[in-house]
Amino acid sequence: MTTVLEPISQPEPPAPAVSPPGRRAGRGGAVALRSTGLLALAGVVATVWLGLWVTPKAKGFGDLVRLLYIHPPMAWVAFLAYGVATLASLLYLWPRTRHPRFDRLAGASAETGVVFTGLTLVTGSIWGRPSWGVWWTWDPLLTTTALLFVLYLGYLALRRVPGDAATVARRAAIASLIAFLDVPIVYFSVSWWRSLHQPPTVDLTGRHLYVHGSMAWTLLLGFVSFTLAYAWLVGHRCRLSVLREREASEGLAAALEERRLEGAP
Amino acid sequence: MRDAVLVCGKDLRIEIRSRVAVNQVVPFALAVVLLFGLALGPDRRVLAPASAGLFWVAVLLSTVLTVQRSFAVESADEAREGLRLSGLDPAGVFLGKAGAVLAELLVLEVVLSAGIALLYGARLAGFGMLAGSAVLGSIGLAAVGMLYGAVASGLRVRETLLPLLFLPVAAPVLLAATKCWNLALAGTPSHAEGWLSLLAVFAVLYVTIGTVSFGPLLEDR
Repeated sequence: MTTVLEPISQPEPPAPAVSPPGRRAGRGGAVALRSTGLLALAGVVATVWLGLWVTPKAKGFGDLVRLLYIHPPMAWVAFLAYGVATLASLLYLWPRTRHPRFDRLAGASAETGVVFTGLTLVTGSIWGRPSWGVWWTWDPLLTTTALLFVLYLGYLALRRVPGDAATVARRAAIASLIAFLDVPIVYFSVSWWRSLHQPPTVDLTGRHLYVHGSMAWTLLLGFVSFTLAYAWLVGHRCRLSVLREREASEGLAAALEERRLEGAP
Repeated sequence: MRDAVLVCGKDLRIEIRSRVAVNQVVPFALAVVLLFGLALGPDRRVLAPASAGLFWVAVLLSTVLTVQRSFAVESADEAREGLRLSGLDPAGVFLGKAGAVLAELLVLEVVLSAGIALLYGARLAGFGMLAGSAVLGSIGLAAVGMLYGAVASGLRVRETLLPLLFLPVAAPVLLAATKCWNLALAGTPSHAEGWLSLLAVFAVLYVTIGTVSFGPLLEDR
């Protein structure tokens, strides 16, 4: 005796305005999610094509400038993801809007944010090595990003802790607020630390990059398609959490049912 | 406020009677200071300038232990339920427990500063700044530590989770307090006033969050 899990149909109330694109509200949600994914894929492919073949080399940067089309969009998505996670945590803590979907959204968004923060640090390092001669510099922005990465790894670790779902969700929401409020203090203190101490060895703003024509369009496309990819990933991650919760609850029910049938004469 | 004094007195009485802080946390911090000395070599020209930073890293690590100890006290004999049943205001519980951690940290810092003066050859100077930044920094550390201690308490993986959550958030305290101490030791404590106010902002922010959110954190389990 098995219970067939229907793929995507939810008995939940319709999605509110704050939910990410692709939250499944029946079949329409699945279609929206799939089209977001296809658009994101097309956008990323177009960005790669434009970035690697169409756009020109930049004076003083050479081919390195091509990192411009992915590095800032990745950083933007990372910060967007943490913003969404914080908002969702607030909505979860607010008694009137408390709903598991905000907890799922916060988790999904933070997870995507950590991935994109990692990618931002890696692409930044790859860019930094040839242009500044070092893989890493204690610049305020870099240091803050690295601390963000560690902060949210801790948050994700907290979410994975086994225990009562509601307890972990509430604590995770509070932890995400504590972490988020720390970000401006970290940024402020690190930038002050650098400016008062030794002069920066690497000037991040020294070489001005003139973004024009096809470069600007490619950069814009990069931002749009990475944001779409973010929405697609978060949508799928939320869907996966729903299915997993259902598997946990219905799996037990099915097993109990089976056990009862075994016991029957 | 009366609740805070009650809880603080209770925690400090437990510490004075059980002597865990004196027998374990202070020796741990001294061991860390000794190990830094071994890692950076015997040269005092290297050790003395680094002494403020090493001091604060040792304080941060000890805060983790102190906070863990503060919640271990509550987990035994279902003391946590007792605390909830007692009808004490959660904000008072937070302030009391954070106050007890603060008092322990301050004692630890006095011992540790003697340690860095002896072992690293740091010349203690600018005592007003040293004390002011130590108090403000420790208030911030105690508040954040208490918050994350409550977040991690009762979970099966709390011992490993707490340091991961706490240490990155405490980074601004490490930075600002180290600056204050460096400037005070260098004989220019008046230059550190900006950093001192950063420590104050951090302390006020997290004490506020703690008093507001300790209720929901204690609610469960």
